[in-house]
Amino acid sequence: MTDLADLTVTGAAAGLRAGEFSSVDLLEAVHRRAAMTEANLHAYLSIDRDGAARAAVGADSAFKSNTDLGLLQGIPVALKDNMVTRGLETTCSSKILAGYLPPYDGTAVSRLREGGAVIFGKTNLDEFAMGSSTENSAYGPSRNPWDPERVPGGSSGGSAAAVAAGSALVGFGSDTGGSIRQPAALCGIVGMKPTYGLVSRYGLIAFASSLDQIGPLTRTVEDSVAALEVVGGYDPADSTSYPGDVPDYRAGLESGVAGLRVGVVSELNGEGIDPEVQAGVDQCIAGLEQAGASIVELSLPSIEYALSAYYLIAPAECSANLARFDGVRYGLRRRGETVEEMMSTTRADGFGPEVIRRILLGTYALSAGYYDAFYGQAQRVRTLIIQDFQAAYEQADVLVSPTSPTTAFQLGDRTQDPLSMYLSDVCTIPSNMSGDPAISVPIGLDGAGLPIGFQVMAPALGEPLMFRVAAEVERQAGFEARATHATSEVVT
Amino acid sequence: MAYYYHCRLMPVDIDIGKVARLARLALSEDELNRYRQQCEVVLEHAARVQALPTDGVTGTSHPLPRTNAFRDDIVTECLDREEVLAQAPERDGDYFLVPRILDEQ
Amino acid sequence: MTYEPVIGIETHVELTTESKMFCGCAVGFGAPPNTNVCPVCLGLPGALPVVNGRAVEFAMAIGLALNCSIAHQSVFSRKNYFYPDMPKNYQISQYDEPLCIGGYLDVQTGSETRRIGITRVHMEEDTGKSIHVGEGGRISAASHSLIDFNRAGVPLMEVVSEPDIRSAEEARAFVAELRGAVLRLGVSDAKLEEGSMRFDANVSLRPKGTEPFGTKVEVKNMNSLRSLQRALEHEIDRQAALLEAGDSVLQETRHWDEAAGTTLGMRSKEEAFDYRYFPEPDLVPVEVDDAWRDRVGEAIPELPAQARARYLEMGLDPTAAGLISRDVAFGAVFEDAVAAGGVSQTVANWLTGEVTALLRRSETPLASSPIDGAALAELSGMVDAGRLSASAAKDVLAGVVAGEGNPAEVARARDLVQVSDIAALEPIIDEVLAGNEEAVGKLRRGDDKVIGFLIGQVMRASGGKADPAVVRGIIKDRVS
Ligand SMILES: [Mg+2]
Ligand SMILES: [Zn+2]
Repeated sequence: MTDLADLTVTGAAAGLRAGEFSSVDLLEAVHRRAAMTEANLHAYLSIDRDGAARAAVGADSAFKSNTDLGLLQGIPVALKDNMVTRGLETTCSSKILAGYLPPYDGTAVSRLREGGAVIFGKTNLDEFAMGSSTENSAYGPSRNPWDPERVPGGSSGGSAAAVAAGSALVGFGSDTGGSIRQPAALCGIVGMKPTYGLVSRYGLIAFASSLDQIGPLTRTVEDSVAALEVVGGYDPADSTSYPGDVPDYRAGLESGVAGLRVGVVSELNGEGIDPEVQAGVDQCIAGLEQAGASIVELSLPSIEYALSAYYLIAPAECSANLARFDGVRYGLRRRGETVEEMMSTTRADGFGPEVIRRILLGTYALSAGYYDAFYGQAQRVRTLIIQDFQAAYEQADVLVSPTSPTTAFQLGDRTQDPLSMYLSDVCTIPSNMSGDPAISVPIGLDGAGLPIGFQVMAPALGEPLMFRVAAEVERQAGFEARATHATSEVVT
Repeated sequence: MAYYYHCRLMPVDIDIGKVARLARLALSEDELNRYRQQCEVVLEHAARVQALPTDGVTGTSHPLPRTNAFRDDIVTECLDREEVLAQAPERDGDYFLVPRILDEQ
Repeated sequence: MTYEPVIGIETHVELTTESKMFCGCAVGFGAPPNTNVCPVCLGLPGALPVVNGRAVEFAMAIGLALNCSIAHQSVFSRKNYFYPDMPKNYQISQYDEPLCIGGYLDVQTGSETRRIGITRVHMEEDTGKSIHVGEGGRISAASHSLIDFNRAGVPLMEVVSEPDIRSAEEARAFVAELRGAVLRLGVSDAKLEEGSMRFDANVSLRPKGTEPFGTKVEVKNMNSLRSLQRALEHEIDRQAALLEAGDSVLQETRHWDEAAGTTLGMRSKEEAFDYRYFPEPDLVPVEVDDAWRDRVGEAIPELPAQARARYLEMGLDPTAAGLISRDVAFGAVFEDAVAAGGVSQTVANWLTGEVTALLRRSETPLASSPIDGAALAELSGMVDAGRLSASAAKDVLAGVVAGEGNPAEVARARDLVQVSDIAALEPIIDEVLAGNEEAVGKLRRGDDKVIGFLIGQVMRASGGKADPAVVRGIIKDRVS
């Protein structure tokens, strides 16, 4: 019999409804798995034993009274620790928030609770979601379940590692420049960033407000749909929330890609991409063509500038977003003679180097005399990127590329060179700049046995089409390999 | 892609001390030097955005165009003061306590 | 040399919405510390602002009242600076795309009316409040500070004037006029003493008749109209003395010290503030179409300037017209009294004179006092009908304010109704005449001045209740 911890959400939901096992059984299986893997992976910052147990019991009794709350009812989920949970420590992997107990739940968290999900624990991330490897955590790095010497990607590396290793059936992360899709690719799972505004940001500790989106990390495309159905939709508490009805994400899942136009973005394929990764992606594109899609070669010239613009916009927004961590109302406080001194030492001690670097970058990019050349220009470049995407979507229904230029890299490989780390996100950042949805689907392993991710991008609110193509990619790839390293031996 | 590896660098000169003071970060001289160098490298790449002609282009600050997201003027429940103050690093009775404020804004 | 002051004023007005600018916490003065707070106005991690639609309408109403045009699109920005009572360490404020642009306010000083330009009116949020502990609450000498975030996030309107003001008196009149407009609109209680209306002034001097502006000084910390005028008079004198002595004025911020009657320079920072404004990514633009603007415009009541013009037409003197038009409660009582048959100038005199003095003494606002239009109309009617003397009327008014009843009841209870019944007065008058033969003789010989003395004697003998006009008639009758 399969270990319950290896089930998909969809599979577990069916089993729960058929009475094959209970949510409490499922939770136990996940606890057992976590007990095996955590020493190796450090996917979690905290596990909420009591809360999860209560939620599982509650979900089971709702099942008994025939109260169907939806597909995540009774399912153990992992939340990236930048999602605010009432009374449950929320640190953003930062020293500055050590021990912080938020007095409220974010909207996505409330929706998960209302949907009967079992919040298992809070996962590790790059501090304040700034990074691509989960090495920038004040509480130590997470590791890749395929090879614990390698990074799980980031910044949602904890959630990705947990889902890949079976210490959660579904994880949630946030994606500002690829922080869901890139770790999903590196961990061999599905990660999707919804259209900006589709999932409320209320209760997501902001990194870059105009780019951040919450999204699911799952084992299958269908699970991704199920998870988005629970957390997505209009929220009046977020002014940037999309106020219309959400589309039916399931509509085309089984429809295949015959007749669809698939655009291959020349700027995101080929040069700079690891040849093995590109080969996998090319094979996948060929498969789509065989399944009846027409392949279009496209150029989006301004996305060459997306990374540059991103490294002005994201730090600028973060420099303001992180100003509130000042030692006055919550979190860390260092002594100071004056309030200014107290704030300055608190912040210098409480933030890690990557966060400080980005705050400095953003402060500079916004300061008098530089605003127009840096931040202002980046916002105009963003307009051009959006226009390029719009033009591309006249010629293609979806766009495809590798998710990450490489497979999982070694711990410590890129920590000394910020720019090389930033390049990990070169394929994912354009969709954050345009606000469009994108998904990463695992398509196979490279020669070192590490997963390769394939990215499908779609226009705003084009999730149904995106899922439809992703489902076809998934079917063709037949990627069923499971990360096992982490469970078999303890790395010392 | 190739672009990022080959682009010509535009020199950037940061008054890192001033930036750190604005951002309320008490950093040592060594730290300031290190951050200045790292930021300059990133900014030299980021400054490439200046190469793209953008005459007549309006900047985008929200990817999803929306206007008039309003709330009705209705009073909703506030937080419990004890729960809030329990998180305060330092409090005095019902207040948050901070060291003396040198300058008035 | 004669110098001309050039003054611009920035006024912050707290709006009396039910809830705060970006969250549902109640707006209100005097709640226990840190009780009107939520994740949004405390700047908790993850919280997001949502604009209070009514605050936008209030701001629009102020803009329209100040003859501004309303921008089709306006945008909120983040104004970045660290301050412990500002929870996010940025203030959400409008910057380069404010809601209201380019208006004016007509301001009256004495008999002169001048038009003061309004640069802009924009929306923002208030900060919390710090209590400085130790050394008498002075910020610089305090040992530490305590923070209450109840006020954080209260909707604020900032009205920025053009540098069109030319005297301290005119500055005072400008703020008074603006306050009157805000009160008439009902969008703020504009209480200077509680800080729900606050102002800063930019002052410079230039030789009279020249165009270029001098170096400007920002004067802060005035918390009444009187202190605004005093602070500016002082600052104008200070700058004039500097220039006269050949010194230059330093560009700086100066604090008004009410007790010392001087402005003091604040410790200047080694670098100027760099607010790093950028568009608030958590909010979307505000779009106002003509229909919305017109709907708000139509709901605007008569404003002080319009009321003043109408009062002048009714025959009020300019001072009374100015005072009554600027105060909503006074305006309402005045209108009611006139409608109930009161004589306008008489009612106005009562209101601006005795009523104001009595209310000040009893520290009651007019709106919550028993004085209303009907009472004033009745009172003025009784005086005009000779049933009350002017001095008795003051007593009656005091009784009304004390809650003793309407004027007729008070006059009766306090036994102040004038005696104008001839039959009742004749015996008293005869007695007075008999006892003052010398005066009566003078009067007979044509010395009319003594009649006042005789009337006074009758008044005294009657306990002040005799109607002097009737008494005069009877005396003249008897003596001729
Ligand atoms: Mg202001
Ligand atoms: Zn609030």
